[in-house]
Amino acid sequence: MKKLWSGSGVHIGLSFLAMFAIIPLLWMLSVSFMSPGEVSSFPPPLLPENPTFDNYTKLFEYSNMGRNFLNSLFVASAATLLSLTFNVSAGYAFAKLEFKGRQLLFRCLLSALVIPAQVSMIPLFLMLKGMGLVNSWIGVLIPFVASIFGIFLVRQYALSIPTEMIESARIEGASEMRIFQSVVLPLLKPILITLGLFTFLAAWNDFFWPLIVLTDSDKYTLPIALASLSREHVQDVELMMAGAVVTVTPVLVLFLTLQRFYMSGYLAGSVKG
Amino acid sequence: MASLTLRNLHKRFGNTTVLSGINLDVASGEFVVIVGPSGCGKSTLLRAIAGLEDIDEGTIKIGEIDVLMLPPSKRGIAMVFQSYALYPHMTVYENMSFGMKIAGAPAEEIDQVVRAAADTLGLATLLERTPKELSGGQRQRTAIGRAIVRRPRIFLFDEPLSNLDASLRVKMRHEIARLHDMLETTMIYVTHDQAEAMTLADRIVVLRDGFVEQTGSPNELYNYPANRFVAGFIGSPAMNFLAGFVVDSHPNKTIVRLESGTMIHVNTGAGELSPDSPVTLGIRPEHLATGGNHNSIKTEVKLVEPLGSHSYVYLDTPDAHEPLIFRASGDFRGAKGDGLTVCISADDCHLFGTDGGELRQKPSGRITINQGDHL
Ligand SMILES: Nc1ncnc2c1ncn2[C@@H]1O[C@H](COP(=O)(O)OP(=O)(O)OP(=O)(O)O)[C@@H](O)[C@H]1O
Ligand SMILES: [Mg+2]
Repeated sequence: MKKLWSGSGVHIGLSFLAMFAIIPLLWMLSVSFMSPGEVSSFPPPLLPENPTFDNYTKLFEYSNMGRNFLNSLFVASAATLLSLTFNVSAGYAFAKLEFKGRQLLFRCLLSALVIPAQVSMIPLFLMLKGMGLVNSWIGVLIPFVASIFGIFLVRQYALSIPTEMIESARIEGASEMRIFQSVVLPLLKPILITLGLFTFLAAWNDFFWPLIVLTDSDKYTLPIALASLSREHVQDVELMMAGAVVTVTPVLVLFLTLQRFYMSGYLAGSVKG
Repeated sequence: MASLTLRNLHKRFGNTTVLSGINLDVASGEFVVIVGPSGCGKSTLLRAIAGLEDIDEGTIKIGEIDVLMLPPSKRGIAMVFQSYALYPHMTVYENMSFGMKIAGAPAEEIDQVVRAAADTLGLATLLERTPKELSGGQRQRTAIGRAIVRRPRIFLFDEPLSNLDASLRVKMRHEIARLHDMLETTMIYVTHDQAEAMTLADRIVVLRDGFVEQTGSPNELYNYPANRFVAGFIGSPAMNFLAGFVVDSHPNKTIVRLESGTMIHVNTGAGELSPDSPVTLGIRPEHLATGGNHNSIKTEVKLVEPLGSHSYVYLDTPDAHEPLIFRASGDFRGAKGDGLTVCISADDCHLFGTDGGELRQKPSGRITINQGDHL
């Protein structure tokens, strides 16, 4: 009985907190359907008086939002693919393959984790500039190729794969590549989804780095486009909200669909299983 | 089927030496069981044979081939791990066919071989299940099936049954014995279980701290342990040890004075030992008896473990630091604190010198030991 009580107590508390997170999102959605200026009246209305799609039409017709959307989609997908390719193989190698200096190298990587990303941005930018990669897709994608956090995440998960399973495959004559494909990757699936989701979200939402690297407005991703939109249309809050909805919705949907796998991956890393 | 020859095998992990010069010859088709205390290097030895662990010194020959430079898959071995190491995302069928598929065998051949192995192991109806849908015994069978399918020249087993419960363990033990009779493949089998070692082995190898202490048939090791360590390790419950001094010795007779002053006659020479040298007397639980005054010691019952067919009685005596274990009949009636006089069979005593070496000579011709002479 007591347990039930404390259980529902936790539920009520969590629902209350969840409201704080969800109400701004819902209001954003609601405002995006209001007509210009409506939201600036006092008190601000909760729901649009005459719901309209005008803001969305305007967004895609007069600004370059469609193009920006595709850019974002491309950058986030490519970043996810690159990140998975490199971080998963590196994480597996650090967990299960014997090579000279493995421990040392891994410790170096971990200690580099304390350096904030912003510190390395300017040097990285200068390097890219030297290579002539400013305003190129490669330039935007480079920071996603390898992430210490990603390697660490995969390594921790891969550690739980029994070594004997890999050795068994070796005895059966499987090449290292084959072992990776047929034995290791299927077992890493939850962490692949988790890392893929993390990377996709990070790349999709990333603002600062694309802003530095991309100079051509044709290459802008959604967050940058949204920012420049807000500079041009400071007054037009309803239009801004429509832009925000377009930016947030895809990742929200992605997250909700993959949540089941994502959770299992996230927990599996910490609770050995 | 192939023989196995190990010569002067050394293996170190950093500063710890795990194998310090292992020599072993295993005949083709022989069933060799490796036993030894935890951490003595059994798994390491098996892994070295399999090629999963590089060795620092020595040679390994399988058949006539020096396999040291060969990868595990080319050595003609199959290994069954304690943890089974099945691929959790594959069905039983896929688990068993994985190796053949990699080797590029045609699908019909794979199917035929896998189904034959599954029939042998009673897995025929379970082929489409994944490991998590199997019981412990079925998983173990799948792991063995995966090994059989490889048609290895040598099977390596590392404590394959230790995750199973007692009754299943006995069943699988019989199955492995049957498998060996059927396949006639050389088998190297590591275990902690006395019964497995005694019943399965043609020959037992006792390992300690990376050394081979003794090899021999189960009977040989049981009746003629080379030293005190082997005497204490083989047999369950273990042999009783009593400290004493040599009083008098003849070629086939020794009188030993125990710490309490009791004199014990032993039908064994004391070798080079002169009177007053310290000596350890060893006697197995079944070689103690009640009802007699000759060669007897006074004890007090500490604990009785009735097992139905027989009882183990733990006895306190001033002559030994550990309680003596006496195998009594199933209807033994005695309670804690009762006094009990037990006699030591003079014929069955072992004597160990200060270096632990056995002084009792194996009589030529009295016991003939055949290979496959199971207890
Ligand atoms: N990869 C390794 N690195 C360092 N030391 C190791 C390694 N593998 C084994 N050892 C050490 O080598 C010794 C022998 O280990 P091994 O696993 O062969 O023992 P074992 O006889 O199989 O023991 P058990 O009966 O408990 O399985 C142990 O002291 C162990 O700590
Ligand atoms: Mg072991």
